[in-house]
Amino acid sequence: MDKLLFGDNQFFGINHMSEEKARAQAMRFQKTQAIMDVLDVAYDAGINTFMCTTHDRIAEIAKRVKADPVRYVDFQFYPCMPYAHKYANAVTEHGMVGALRDFMPKDGLLATALTGTKALATKEVDGIAKVLIDMEMKMFEGTKAPVVFIQNVFTDLLLGMGFTRALRIFDDHIREKWGAEPAYITMNMPMLLDALEKEGIERPIICSNINKIGFRMSGGFDAYLDALKSGRVRAVAMSVYASGAIPADEAIHWISELPGVESIVFGASSAGNIHGTKALVDKYMGQPA
Amino acid sequence: MEKLKVGVVGLGKMGLSHFAMVNAHPDVKTIACDGAGFMVDVLSKNIDTPIYRDYDEMLAKEPLDAVVIATPSRLHAPMVTAALDKGLHVFCEKPFCLDWADSQRLTDAATQKNLVAQVGYHYRYVGAFREMKRLIDAGAIGRITHVLAEAYGPVVLRPKRTTWRTDKAEGGGCLYDYAAHPLNLLNWFFGAPDRVMGSHLGQVFSEGTDDEVFSTLRWNEGPTAQLSVNWSDESHRKMSTKINIIGTNGRLYADRQECQAYLRKPVDGLEGYDEGWTVKYTTELTEDRWFYLRGEEYSGQLDDFICAARDGKAQALENGFASATETDQTMAMIIENAETGTAVGEARTGAPQPAKKRGWFGR
Repeated sequence: MDKLLFGDNQFFGINHMSEEKARAQAMRFQKTQAIMDVLDVAYDAGINTFMCTTHDRIAEIAKRVKADPVRYVDFQFYPCMPYAHKYANAVTEHGMVGALRDFMPKDGLLATALTGTKALATKEVDGIAKVLIDMEMKMFEGTKAPVVFIQNVFTDLLLGMGFTRALRIFDDHIREKWGAEPAYITMNMPMLLDALEKEGIERPIICSNINKIGFRMSGGFDAYLDALKSGRVRAVAMSVYASGAIPADEAIHWISELPGVESIVFGASSAGNIHGTKALVDKYMGQPA
Repeated sequence: MEKLKVGVVGLGKMGLSHFAMVNAHPDVKTIACDGAGFMVDVLSKNIDTPIYRDYDEMLAKEPLDAVVIATPSRLHAPMVTAALDKGLHVFCEKPFCLDWADSQRLTDAATQKNLVAQVGYHYRYVGAFREMKRLIDAGAIGRITHVLAEAYGPVVLRPKRTTWRTDKAEGGGCLYDYAAHPLNLLNWFFGAPDRVMGSHLGQVFSEGTDDEVFSTLRWNEGPTAQLSVNWSDESHRKMSTKINIIGTNGRLYADRQECQAYLRKPVDGLEGYDEGWTVKYTTELTEDRWFYLRGEEYSGQLDDFICAARDGKAQALENGFASATETDQTMAMIIENAETGTAVGEARTGAPQPAKKRGWFGR
C-alpha cells in the first residue's frame, strides 16, 4: 500500500464538524468534473490511490479513469463497500427480502430461494452475499483495485452481532474472485482484530481512527497502541488530524513513529491542503517504495 | 461479577443496531427475539446468541434482568407492561406509547417497582444538544423568548410505501418518527408546553399518515416555539435536527455536530464563553464508550441503561419514562389541535402586565 491514500468523504457532503460545511461541499462537488479536478491535483502530486465508497458517482470517476489509460497509468482504487444508503432506501421501499430479491439476478436460483417460504440454506446465504459483493465491484472492472474494504457501519454491525462469518465470506470471495486484498474499516479496531483472528484471518488490513488525542478510538487508546505494536495488524490510519483538533505537522509526525501503521488516508478539497499533507508524509514517512 | 442478562426484542432498523451494541457490551449476556422470518433465519444459523421467535416464551424461559424493546410503536405498551410485571428493567424505543395514558400508567408502575425505565431519545446524548441544555440552564442567553425547532430528512420520497412506519395506527408518520425528537428536546429544555396552536399535519406523498408537521407551542412561564419538520426532503443525506434559540442575552444554535453560542455579555460560571461567538463541536463534547456503531449517542444511552440496571439503580439517569410521557402528551396535543383547529391547553394564566405609568418626560 502507498503511504498516503486519498479519501472521498469531502465529495459527498460528509463532514464530522459542521452541517453547513457539509452542504457547501455537497454543492461544490455536485458535478463529477469538480471531483475529477481535485483528484487530478492529488494524482499530479503523486497520490495514486483513491479510497472511495461504491457510490453511484464513483462509477463516473471509474469511467473517466478507464477512458484515459495513459494519463491515469498509476491510478488505483481502493473500493469501500457497500454504499449503505442504496440498501437502506431499497429496504424501506421493498422490505428486507424484497430488496434482496431485487438485487439478485432475475430467474436465478437465489431469487427463487428468496421467493420461497422455506428457510434459506447456509449455502444460499453465502451465494447472496457474493452476488452483492460482485454487484458493488462491477464499476471497478477494468481498473486497478488491489485492496477492497468493507465500510465501518457494516463491519461493526456484523462484529457487534457476532456474525463474523460474513467477514470470512467477504475475505475469501475478494481473494478468490477478484484477486484483491480484503480489508476492513472499523471504529472498534482492537475488538475487530480479535474477531478476525478467530475467523482465521491473519494480519488483516484494518482502517480505523488513529490519532494523538484518541478521538473516536473505541476500545481505548492503549488497546489500539498495543494492537499496533503487536505486529498483528496492517493499519491504515484515518482521522489523523482528529477533524482538525491536532496541528498537521504534529499529527503526521506522531503517526510516523507508530509501528504497524502502513498508510494514512485523508480527505481534502484544496490544492494547498493536499500538497501540505503530501509534503508532511514525505518528510516523516519517506517516499513510497 | 455476573453478567446482566438482556433480551433485545425486535430486529428491525433500530433493533439490529441496538442488538449489536448490547451484544458487544462486556457486562452483558444477550438474548434476541423477533417474530419475522428472514433476519431471524439468517442470524440464528450464524451467531451464538439464542433467538426467540415469541416474546412471551422468552420472558417465561429466560431469567432476564432487562429488556430492550425496538418493535413497532403500537407494541410498546403491551410489551413494556409484560416486562415490568416480570420486574425487568426496560429500555424502550421512541415514541414511548401511542396513548399517553399508557405512558403515564407505565411510568407509575416502573417508579413503584424501582426499575430503570428509559426511552431511546438519543438526541439527549448528542454532545452539542447536551451543551445547549447546559447553557440554557446556566442562563447563558438570559430570558428566552424565541425558539425554532426543526428536523428534515429523506424518508418518504414518493407515493406507495407500506411499512409500519407509514401506518398511523402502528405509530408511523412524520410526527411520531421525526418530530418526536425535536419535541423531546424542547420538553427537556422547557418542560411540557401549556398551549399548542397552529398545528398542521400534512401529507406530501403518504396516504395514510403525515409527512410534514408544523406547530406553535407556548410555555406560560417561558418562550414560544415553532416546530417545522418534514421527512420528505431529499436534500438532506440523513435526518438532521436543529434548534435555534434567541434570548435577551444572545442566541444559541445546535445540531448533531456543533453548538454555537452568541453572548451579548459573558455570564458568570460559564468558562470559555466570552462575548460574541463560541463554537463547540460534538467531537470535543463526547467521550468514547465501549463500542461505536452509528454515533456516540447510541452507545451512550445504552451504556447508561446497562450500567444503571447492573448497579441496581431505581431509575434511569436520563430519558426516564416520565420525560418520554411528556413528549407523548405534547404529540397528543398537536394531533388534537391539528384535527380540531382549536388551540389545546391553558391560555396564559397571569393577568397581562399593567402598562407602566409614565410622567410626561419619563422613559
